[in-house]
Amino acid sequence: MADKEIKISVKNLKKCYGDLEVLKDISTDVTKGEVVCVIGPSGSGKSTFLRCLNRLETVTAGSIVVDGNDITDKHININKVRENIGMVFQHFNLFNNLNILDNLTLAPVQLKKCSKAEAEERAKKMLAKVGLEDKATSFPSQLSGGQKQRVAIARALCMEPDIMLFDEPTSALDPEMVGEVLQVMKDLAADGMTMVIVTHEMGFAREVADRVIFMDGGYIVEEGTPSEVLLNPKEPRTIDFLNKVL
Amino acid sequence: MLTIITVYGSMLLVAMGRTLLLALLGLFFACIIGMLFGIMGVVKNRVSNVISQIFVDVIRGVPMIVLAFFVYFGIPYLFNTIIGGFSVSMTALQAGTICLALNCGAYMAEIIRAGIQSVDKGQTEAARSLGLTYGQSMRKVVLPQAIKTMIPTFINQFIITLKDTSILSVIGFPELVNTAKNVQANTFMSFQTWAIVGVMYLIVITILSRSAKVLERGLNVGR
Repeated sequence: MADKEIKISVKNLKKCYGDLEVLKDISTDVTKGEVVCVIGPSGSGKSTFLRCLNRLETVTAGSIVVDGNDITDKHININKVRENIGMVFQHFNLFNNLNILDNLTLAPVQLKKCSKAEAEERAKKMLAKVGLEDKATSFPSQLSGGQKQRVAIARALCMEPDIMLFDEPTSALDPEMVGEVLQVMKDLAADGMTMVIVTHEMGFAREVADRVIFMDGGYIVEEGTPSEVLLNPKEPRTIDFLNKVL
Repeated sequence: MLTIITVYGSMLLVAMGRTLLLALLGLFFACIIGMLFGIMGVVKNRVSNVISQIFVDVIRGVPMIVLAFFVYFGIPYLFNTIIGGFSVSMTALQAGTICLALNCGAYMAEIIRAGIQSVDKGQTEAARSLGLTYGQSMRKVVLPQAIKTMIPTFINQFIITLKDTSILSVIGFPELVNTAKNVQANTFMSFQTWAIVGVMYLIVITILSRSAKVLERGLNVGR
């Protein structure tokens, strides 16, 4: 693992909202093609950590280097960096004013990554990949939660990112729709995508993750392979948490 | 009643035309002012937020009749007499347009600010996470959704502004109410005069709000 290319390097990351310290001291690296699952109780700072990685949250202290760009640097063009980091949200956040095809092509066309025709061609390919090629002209309000989330993944993929961030992608879904979204994510992992996933799906983490990070109280309490963290946890807090959720 | 219509009918119609002209001019500039201060109210900049809020609070806190006297009499007096050396003068139409634009503009700013803020912030976050700039996210994602929620409130505000033109009769602009006062003074037929004027407003506003409803429905088609 040591000689692999590092995609994300987080050093001494700290994030405060006023007096509230959400992230106290986080350091970790994510290498190319690695799938990292972040688990932990609510309020442990996992989502905040993820949102710091593409600067949806501004960092209080520490550094985050993505592909050699220090995104905590105020002078960096964050939009350029974000083009390379896809993000999938808990509540999908599809653009309600646009149909599915336009949801997928908006960013590539606006950011002049390609022509409208090329963007549409790629969008249709991505929709096929997530099994929704027949929904191109539908509006988000006409889709089920699982379909929306698969569209959201396809939308992020249309920018051809190197890294994908998932913020509890299945937490807002009906149980029978969780599987279809996880399947898309598994396929993505198999394709070699670098992924950081905040999740409560322990089964998924065990199956797909290369590494599991357990966070609590603004710190990384324990990290390691799924079998180390999920099956043989060492820290009492990890053991306690896993006892509650498994 | 018939005498008023036959003798003063065309005069009242012309006055209604002036009312509509004043309302249109006022609304035109109000849209510009409203957009400016509305956007200033939502951008991430404390100074512009505060300026926008002060503007809205001041204008909303002053009755329009006071604003009208202040703009029409107060401002020229300030420049010509208190400061001295100027010879500022404005027509009643200019002063009226300024008043309506400021007054309606302040309410529009609030409608626009509230409309933009009513759009779930996840929409902006999703757009920004794809690499779109703040401006692109606004134009392509947030504003199209915000405008849809604003339209009914806009129409309501337009109607209020049209009616508010009657307040500007106090600075002597010969719109419908001012003209009707003269008709009443000439004929002594108060009941008939004001009944006719009321019906005239009613007709115009009903036509406007009905066509606005049609427009609103048209915008919702295909969504």
